[in-house]
Amino acid sequence: MNISRRQMLILLPAAAVAWESVLAGTPESSPNYKMTDHWWSMLIDISKCIGCGNCVRACQAENDVPDGFFRTWVERYHVTDWHLENPEVISPDGGKEGFPSVTEDDNGKYFFVPKLCNHCADSPCTQVCPVGATFISPDGVVLIDQTYCLGCAYCVQACPYGCRYIHPQKKVADKCTLCYHRITKGLTTACCEACPTGARQLADLKNPKDPIHEFLRTHNVQILKPQMATGAKVFYNDLDGSVR
Amino acid sequence: MVALYAVGTLTFLGIRAFFVPHSFGQYGHYRGAAITEIAAHPIHFAGHQTCETCHADVQEMKKTGMHAQVSCEACHGPLAKHADDPSIQPAKLDTAVLCVRCHAASAARPKGFPQVAAAEHSNGLPCETCHKPHSPAISAGGAK
Amino acid sequence: MTTGVEGYMYPNEITLYWSVLIVLYPYITGLVAGAFILASLERVFRVDAIKPTYRLALLTALAFLVVAPLPLQLHLGHPERSFEMYFTPHRTSAMAMFGFVYLWYLMAVLTVEIWLDYRRDIVVMAQSSSGLKRWIYQVLTLGSNNISERALAIDERVGWLITLIGIPSAFLLHGYVGFIFGSIKANPWWSSPLMPVVFIFSAMVSGIAAVMLLYMLIMRLRREKIDMLCMDTIASYLFYIFIIDFSLEMLDLIHRIYEADESFRTLNFMVHTKLYFSQIVLQIFVGTLTPIVLLALTQVLKLPEIARKRIYTVAGCLTLIGIFAMRWNVVIGGQLFSKSFLGYTTYKMALATREGLLMSIALTILPLFILWVLVKLLPPWPEKVQSGTSAASAAN
Repeated sequence: MNISRRQMLILLPAAAVAWESVLAGTPESSPNYKMTDHWWSMLIDISKCIGCGNCVRACQAENDVPDGFFRTWVERYHVTDWHLENPEVISPDGGKEGFPSVTEDDNGKYFFVPKLCNHCADSPCTQVCPVGATFISPDGVVLIDQTYCLGCAYCVQACPYGCRYIHPQKKVADKCTLCYHRITKGLTTACCEACPTGARQLADLKNPKDPIHEFLRTHNVQILKPQMATGAKVFYNDLDGSVR
Repeated sequence: MVALYAVGTLTFLGIRAFFVPHSFGQYGHYRGAAITEIAAHPIHFAGHQTCETCHADVQEMKKTGMHAQVSCEACHGPLAKHADDPSIQPAKLDTAVLCVRCHAASAARPKGFPQVAAAEHSNGLPCETCHKPHSPAISAGGAK
Repeated sequence: MTTGVEGYMYPNEITLYWSVLIVLYPYITGLVAGAFILASLERVFRVDAIKPTYRLALLTALAFLVVAPLPLQLHLGHPERSFEMYFTPHRTSAMAMFGFVYLWYLMAVLTVEIWLDYRRDIVVMAQSSSGLKRWIYQVLTLGSNNISERALAIDERVGWLITLIGIPSAFLLHGYVGFIFGSIKANPWWSSPLMPVVFIFSAMVSGIAAVMLLYMLIMRLRREKIDMLCMDTIASYLFYIFIIDFSLEMLDLIHRIYEADESFRTLNFMVHTKLYFSQIVLQIFVGTLTPIVLLALTQVLKLPEIARKRIYTVAGCLTLIGIFAMRWNVVIGGQLFSKSFLGYTTYKMALATREGLLMSIALTILPLFILWVLVKLLPPWPEKVQSGTSAASAAN
C-alpha cells in the first residue's frame, strides 16, 4: 500500500487536517490551549514499571538529548532485608537499553524507579538562576530559555534530583520540558506515549476530570526528597523508602 | 568624579532599555516569548490517536488483546514523519529484539508481568510464530 | 572510557560542571577582601605600624579584583551573554548580585579610595613627568588639580569615610561568595550558615598573608630594608585571625560529625578517600596547623630577625596553599559525591582547555603582573632616589 501525501489528503481529509493543526498550534494562538487553565504534573506507578527503557529512548528521540545525558532515566534498586539506607542502585546508560536480567533472589527485592524533572512548584533551580533564563511557566512546567541561558551551571548545582545538565554542544542548561511542545497541543509526553505499561501518566492538576485526582485519593503516593520542600509535582505510587 | 559616575549610570540604564528583550517580564522574570518558542519544537511521536485515524483495523485488533493499552509508537518508534507523509515507510521491526525488552524474565520486574526465559521458551523460533504482536494471546491465533 | 564513578551517581552528575576556575574565583576575591581589610586597619583603626603596607595592600586588592571576574567569565557556556546579569538580575539569585556587589566594590570603594589617596601624588607626577606618562597622569587627575592643604584635608576625610564603607563592603563581597555555596540546600557539603563567615575569615587570612609576602618580596627586589615592626604586627594579626578561622572550620566539622545527618556517612567517606590529601593533609595540617604553630612560635619566643623573616615567609606560603586547598575542597568536593548519597565521581582537570590547568595558572599570574604595572604607575613608596625622605615619611 503506497499512498502519497496528496492522496492521503483526499482519502482522509479529516485525519490529515487534524494532524496539521496539531503541528501548527501555539499556546497563545491555539483557541484550545490556555496556560492558566493547566497545572501539569506526572504520576509514576512503580508497581507497573518493567524497566524496558522505552521512555528513555523515546525522550532522546523526541527531544534530541545528547548521549550520556538524560532528561529522564530509570534506576534499578536492589534492597536487601532491612538495609533501607544501603540500596544497591544501577542505571546503565540511564536504563536506555534496559537492565541485565536477575534471577530470583530471596535476600531482598528489586524494583525500577523512573526519574525526570519534578517540575517543582518551589523549584530551587529557578530560584538561583541569575538572569531569569529558567522559570516555571504559568501552566506549571519548569522551562529553560536556551537563547538567554549563560551556562553558569548554578541551577545544575541547585537541583536536588540531578535532573539538569549542561548541553555539551549548546553550552546551556538542559532538562526535561515535560514535552511542552506536545502537551500544549493535546498530546501526552513522549515518555508516557512510549511507556508500554502505563507506568507513567501525564496529569493536569487543574483539570477536575483528570483521573489523577481519583488516583491520589485512593493510593499511597509520595514525592522524592520531600525534606527538600521543593513542591515536587512528579508523584510516585508504591515508592519504597530506600529511594532517594 | 561624581559627574562621571552619574553619566555611567545613565548610559547603563540607556543600554539596558535597548538590550532587554521585549517580552521580558510578560509573565514573570523571564522572556515570555520563550514559552512560545519551546512550544514550537518539532514533534517526533505522532501519538496513538493520530495513528488510529488511519489504522482503524489495527486498533480494532488490539482492542481486545493484552496489548490494548500499549500505544503504537511504544514498539514502532517515533512516526510523526510517517503521519505527515504516509509515503515514508516505517522501518521493519525485529521481534527478537523488541519482545524481550519487556518480556525477558528478570526477578526485577513486577511479579504479575508476563515474562519468559526467551531461549527455553521458544526454542529459537521467532516470537511471532505463535504470538500476534497486536493481540498476543495464543488463543487469538498465531501470526497469519 | 573510565568515568571514575564508584557506587551510584545520578547519570547527569558524572560530569563536574564547576571546574578549577570556580576554585580560583573565591580564592582571588578572598585575596581582595583580605588585602583591603588589612589596609583599612591602618586607615580606620590608625594602626600606624602597618603603614608601609597600606598602599601596597590597596593596589594588591585592585590588581586581584580586576582579575576576579575572569575565571567566572571563562567558565560560562556563553560569556557573551554575561551582560544579562546586569540588565535582568534575578532578585532571588545570590549569583545575580555578584555583578552589583563587584561593581560597587570596584567603582565606589576601591578605585575611589586609591584615587583619593594618590591624588596629591598624581598631580605632582603629572607636573613633573613628560610625554605619555604625563598624559596618563593628567587623565588620572580627572581635572582636579587642587592640592591645597584644605583640599587634601577634605580628601583625607572622604577617604576615611570610604574606608569605613569599604570594610562592610569587603565583608559583603566575600561573605556573599560564601553565601552562593552556603545557600544551596541540595548540597549538604555546602549548605551551612557558617559558610559565609568561614569564607570571610579565610579571606582575611589569605589576603593578609599575600600582602605580607608581597611586601617582603618587593622590598627584597628593591634591596630595601624590611620594616620588621610592620611585619611583626601583620604576623600577629594573621595569627589571631587564623585562630578564629580555624576554630570556625573546626566548629563546622565537629557539628557535622556530632549531628551525623543523612549525608554524614557519604561525606565522611569522601573526606577519608578522595579529599584525604587536599583536605586533611594540605588544608588542615600543612595549610592551617603548621602556619599557626609557626606564627605562635614568633609570638611566644623572642626570635632573631632573620628567623622571624624566614618563619613569616614559610608560614605565608603555607597559608596561601592551605586556603587554596580549602577553596578546592569546597568547590570540587561539593561535586564529587552524588546527591543520592550512594556514590562518588572523579574530577579530571584538563590541561590546555578554556577551563584547564594552564588557564588557571595564567589567571593566578595575571594579577601579579597587573600589580607590577600598578606599582610602577602609582608607587606605594617614595622612589628610591629620595630614600632619605622615605625613612622620614615612614616614621611619620
